[in-house]
Amino acid sequence: MILRFLIRIFPLVLLAGLWEIAPRLGWVNPEVLPPASAVASAWYGLLMSGDLVTNGVSSLINLSAGLALGIFVGMAAGVLMAWYPAVDALVSPLMKSLYPMPKSALIPVMILWFGLGAGSKIASIFMGCLLPVVLSSYNGARGVEQTLIWSALGLGASRRRVLWEVVVPGALPEIMAGIRNALAISFILLVSSEFLVGQRGLGYLISFLGDGGVYDAMFAAVLTVAAIGFFADRVYLFFMQRTLRWRE
Amino acid sequence: MSERSGRAGEYGLMALRVFSIAAVLGAWQITAMAHVFSDFLLPSLSEVLLRLYHDLVSGDLIRGIELTLIRTFIGFAMAAAGGVVIGVAIARIPVARWFFDPLVSVGLPMPKVAFLPIFMLWFGVFDVSKVLMIAFSAIFPVIVESWAGTQNIDKYMSWSALSLGVGPRRFLWEIALPAALPQVFTGLQVALPISLIVAIICEMQMGGQGLGGSIMTDMRFADSPGVFSGIVAIALVGMVMVKAMELVRRRLLIWHQETQAE
Repeated sequence: MILRFLIRIFPLVLLAGLWEIAPRLGWVNPEVLPPASAVASAWYGLLMSGDLVTNGVSSLINLSAGLALGIFVGMAAGVLMAWYPAVDALVSPLMKSLYPMPKSALIPVMILWFGLGAGSKIASIFMGCLLPVVLSSYNGARGVEQTLIWSALGLGASRRRVLWEVVVPGALPEIMAGIRNALAISFILLVSSEFLVGQRGLGYLISFLGDGGVYDAMFAAVLTVAAIGFFADRVYLFFMQRTLRWRE
Repeated sequence: MSERSGRAGEYGLMALRVFSIAAVLGAWQITAMAHVFSDFLLPSLSEVLLRLYHDLVSGDLIRGIELTLIRTFIGFAMAAAGGVVIGVAIARIPVARWFFDPLVSVGLPMPKVAFLPIFMLWFGVFDVSKVLMIAFSAIFPVIVESWAGTQNIDKYMSWSALSLGVGPRRFLWEIALPAALPQVFTGLQVALPISLIVAIICEMQMGGQGLGGSIMTDMRFADSPGVFSGIVAIALVGMVMVKAMELVRRRLLIWHQETQAE
């Protein structure tokens, strides 16, 4: 069990080892790539000073608020679009013209409208998460096997019941995959909006340390964000597999 | 799923489609003209369109679009080519899976943008770092979707092919890849907008003109019609991109259930 885990993560260990050795042996400039051990001790320093915790909590609150809003509105919109042609006609031109728009371009306007603080970040994250969820719910609901819908209707189920008991469960794998993408995008928007403005958050911490030339601490902060994103995804994946267990 | 296939129904739906966009644009113009918000917060649609027209005539707009698109497409092409190869390899070759699985599971959910300062440190603030940043951000969805698509082939289909004596190479080209195509394409459809998003973020962060760079410049000069016209231009570019991808998808997947359901 433990051996299998070690074999599994060995590529990562290999890279980490290379990362430690390369700057130490002078293969790369240690100014530009501080060795792993230096980054680890810088990380400990950040943790002890409390910078990591205060900025991390502020980032995570904004992230959850924006993401939750995006998932809720997105699922409702996507499934309804696939189910009611009128909703599709009314909403999908808007969704389709907004979907490709890089939400990062909206950050300046969100800042104008909602200020430099949490509001603009939550709004940017919401905008970014909304459309991947809409699109996956829409595609998932449309991709539900037509014979299942016909059978259910033929057996006398009402359209509403078919929607809840056939279309939504049938679309669930794709919806949940879409939410996983939204989770990734929410981190992109969180970090980039914090890069651009703000006085708190992990993105702010990274750019603050980078501007100050404290590269080992900057690497530590970057990897912290990466680790948070990674664990958020793992937890979500666990939840997703449990939810979709009935499909096997 | 459409029940209303009569001609009147079709026209009604078309009218709704046109109406939804028109209503939003109209609401924008009226709200701005009524000065509900200050002109700085919400310049009117007509002012923004006028600005867009000026930029178009002076050539600034075209140059910005060109720069952003070149960066986006080079990065996207690198991500697409690399992502499909790695994704299929993971699904089919155990060693590739052993090596890439942990990297991908760590890399996919990682907020790649967080690495922007590191890319700036390593590759400078010009095109190299932008393109690499785009490729780095966009490759993971392509890998994951190609992997999942190749992995989750209908088992009856693959059993039939195998029991009919199809060799591994033919199986890859004639069963696995076509069966995976819808999902591979979903990956590309996720990756292209990400490429554009990251291109814009890089330009906003590092400068170097392009659409993102010019929005940031306008923002610094507190030129809000400029910011809004930049956003409209970016939205149009993105819309054309996604429409093109949908057309390609429909053509490539003309045999698939999802296309025939329409």
